[in-house]
Amino acid sequence: MAWLGIVPFLLFAILFLLWPTAHLVIGAFESKDGSFTLANIANLTQPAIVNAYWLSIRISAASAFMGGLLGFALAYAAISGGLPRWIRPTLTTFSGVASNFAGVPLAFAFIATLGRTGLVTTLLVKWFDFNIYHTGFTILSFWGLTLTYLYFQIPLMVLILTPALDGLKKEWREAASILGASPLQYWLRVAIPVLWPSLLGAVLLLFANAFGAVATAYALTGSSLNIVPILLFAQIRGDVLHNPNLGYALALGMIVITALSNLAYIWLRAWSERWVK
Amino acid sequence: MAFLTLSAIAKRFGQNTVVHGFDLAVERGEFISLLGPSGCGKTTVLRMIAGFETPSAGTIMIDGRDVTYKRPAERNVGMVFQAYALFPNMNVADNIAFGLKVAKQPKAEIDRRVAEMLELISLPDLAARYPYQLSGGQQQRVALARALAVKPQVLLLDEPLSALDAKIRVSLREEIRALQRELGITTIFVTHDQEEALSMSDRVVVMHQGRVEQIGTPHAIYNTPKTRFVASFVGTLNMLNAEIKDAATGLIAVEGQSLRLAHGPVGTGSAAQCTVALRPEALGIGQAKPGDNVLSCIIDDVQFLGAIVRVKARCGTHSLSVDTFNQAGQPRWARGDKVEIHFAPEHLVVLD
Amino acid sequence: MRESRIGAWIAFGIGALYFILPLIATFEFSLRMKRGEYSFEAYRVVFADPRFQASFSYSVGQALATIIVGIALVVPTAYWVRLRAPQFRPIVEFITLLPLVIPAIVIVFGYLRIFNSSSLIPLTDTNLGTDALLMFGYVTLALPYMYRAVDTGLQAIDVRTLTESAESLGANAFTILTRVILPNIRPALLSGAFLTFAIVIGEFTFAALLNRPAFGPYLQLLGANRAYEPSALAIMAFLVTWACMGLMQLASRGLRLPATDTR
Repeated sequence: MAWLGIVPFLLFAILFLLWPTAHLVIGAFESKDGSFTLANIANLTQPAIVNAYWLSIRISAASAFMGGLLGFALAYAAISGGLPRWIRPTLTTFSGVASNFAGVPLAFAFIATLGRTGLVTTLLVKWFDFNIYHTGFTILSFWGLTLTYLYFQIPLMVLILTPALDGLKKEWREAASILGASPLQYWLRVAIPVLWPSLLGAVLLLFANAFGAVATAYALTGSSLNIVPILLFAQIRGDVLHNPNLGYALALGMIVITALSNLAYIWLRAWSERWVK
Repeated sequence: MAFLTLSAIAKRFGQNTVVHGFDLAVERGEFISLLGPSGCGKTTVLRMIAGFETPSAGTIMIDGRDVTYKRPAERNVGMVFQAYALFPNMNVADNIAFGLKVAKQPKAEIDRRVAEMLELISLPDLAARYPYQLSGGQQQRVALARALAVKPQVLLLDEPLSALDAKIRVSLREEIRALQRELGITTIFVTHDQEEALSMSDRVVVMHQGRVEQIGTPHAIYNTPKTRFVASFVGTLNMLNAEIKDAATGLIAVEGQSLRLAHGPVGTGSAAQCTVALRPEALGIGQAKPGDNVLSCIIDDVQFLGAIVRVKARCGTHSLSVDTFNQAGQPRWARGDKVEIHFAPEHLVVLD
Repeated sequence: MRESRIGAWIAFGIGALYFILPLIATFEFSLRMKRGEYSFEAYRVVFADPRFQASFSYSVGQALATIIVGIALVVPTAYWVRLRAPQFRPIVEFITLLPLVIPAIVIVFGYLRIFNSSSLIPLTDTNLGTDALLMFGYVTLALPYMYRAVDTGLQAIDVRTLTESAESLGANAFTILTRVILPNIRPALLSGAFLTFAIVIGEFTFAALLNRPAFGPYLQLLGANRAYEPSALAIMAFLVTWACMGLMQLASRGLRLPATDTR
């Protein structure tokens, strides 16, 4: 009778998580009359949609990779960089807040910073006589969105990576140096081999995070940047694809990509934890 | 010319002096222990020799070379850490080979040396294992092999046995000492465990709050402690407050009972009081020999510790510990018994 | 290691600049509403806007409902799994991690297909039904964090012994949960509650697609039409998030939480 106690939870999960998702997944393989078909999946290959996926992948990869690099540098600086003690807890707390500060307010913040009349834009003109908009840059673009995404990607990287960096024992560096290794040799032979599963896993998590995000993009670039979540948003609102089941396939594609990234992250994390007890 | 010389070595962190200036001359092949409680500065001294800390003052010379400001990689010194610090991404063989690979030795030479080291630590079959598959004792032996593989001039060990079980600790310390003798390598060993220091070392440096209290052989440290701290830190000690009756001849009184020191004079100038110390094993209960000092006491407690029977007795305000071997035919003492505790005058050590 | 310290300072400096500049820029922009002078005019306008008051109070109401329903769902479940059904732990934990994997937009898409007029449970037919659906969606979004917080809290207290002693004194399950367990995991509950609050207040996707007058869609609408008020709102949103996180930290002082995996 043990299962009785989790029935409410299972009921909730089925109603509001599993069944909706399953409905979409099944619907992706159904045609309008309900029969099984792979046509929707095939229709995903139409140029507009392929472009959307490719764009999403590029933005997610860009913000994940850059967020990973910068987050790693920041976390490493705070934890092992010899900085004053108060920096690390400050960074952790701030990362906790910033990783949740996404969506519409974030878009506003970046428009106020790097928009045409934004603070940084006008300061650059005032101080250096350099108008970034004259170079063709605009915040309402691929790189503008990527830059905005970094605001929650970098803190997320910091939060995920902190335990892994804590596990990088100070004694390893000392042992390496007393055995004659230069700092570079230590990094190449010890630190990176130990860290790379965690780094890669975290970057994959960041990728999945960016791939599924919609609010920030909607508020910043609207429909001018046709990433998959935006496309799906428009499809849900108004069936722009003129094919409801294609919308399901779109959603299925999203689920597959985020699920694979998360699985890879879990696997990498388990692998790295095996070594470093 | 000593092999390793520390001259007026000191270390300050801001306003805090962690190591006050001291000198140490270590002969080639000597095994020196730095012994003291946590925070006494012994690890800091070791890390200065290794190069992880820069001395605030003084110099460090190894084999005639001034290494005071050299980076750890340039000192040709080996180190074994308390937490083993084996590289988790490499197996045993690669860990041991690390220093040789960094020095770009030819592969054949590396393989030969690794095999040699594995023989030395008696773990020839574990070459392909990873650190997480090894026990604590095995990891520490691999750490030792890794440090020795590059043939360092000095071997440093930072409390290497503290993280291990008691039984392993004892067997491993014998192994370390045997290895050290066989290789003849100059060794500095940091520990807070006096049993380790006494059993392994040629000489012991007792440290307390950044200062060196005494440097000497284990025998000297134990039997003739120079300061109160050394006397109480190394082994157990009975400390008695005594009145000086006759300074010149060494006649004192404890709880009104006269005791004779091996020789006078005692005390400085016109001091009327002094502190004397007695080791528990120097005391006996019952039949005194002629010339012995005698103290009348009442037994408080008898503790059976296996090989040793420890008797706690009260003499006025003083509490004494007496250690006797557990031997057949010994009388069974009980709480409340009145006994005579006797000891030879040579065993009375005067502190301050 | 002195060389690396300069690098560390540079990294920290650039990071600080990147994260603080947008906040300063937004704040500065929000003060510019009155031409030629700095003032809090934008904030005044926002606070006076009836749509702001309506949408903010709507979202606050949703947040509170989400918190209550979330606690009512998670606490008994986590308690049961820990005490009576540990074999179900893997599957329950897997389910609580799904909202982190399945994007929110996909979930709400599913809701719209399942709960629309032509289904068994036509929630979207009525405003109240849609409100309820939105709330359940929020519970789903907050589920990973709420479950982790409660589970950690339960781990910190000896649930088995507390339950057994309460039972021996004659308490039934409901009493045990409400009088014994809940008060003892208060830090965990508060922690989960503040995080849920932060999530719900700023949420956009669910509310927009379900067409409810929440704070998120209001923000987006204002951003499309106004210049200065959005910045003021962004600052307020940031402050609210800070406050929630700060209170969450304070609450979790009585609790050892692992590093939060947040989105």
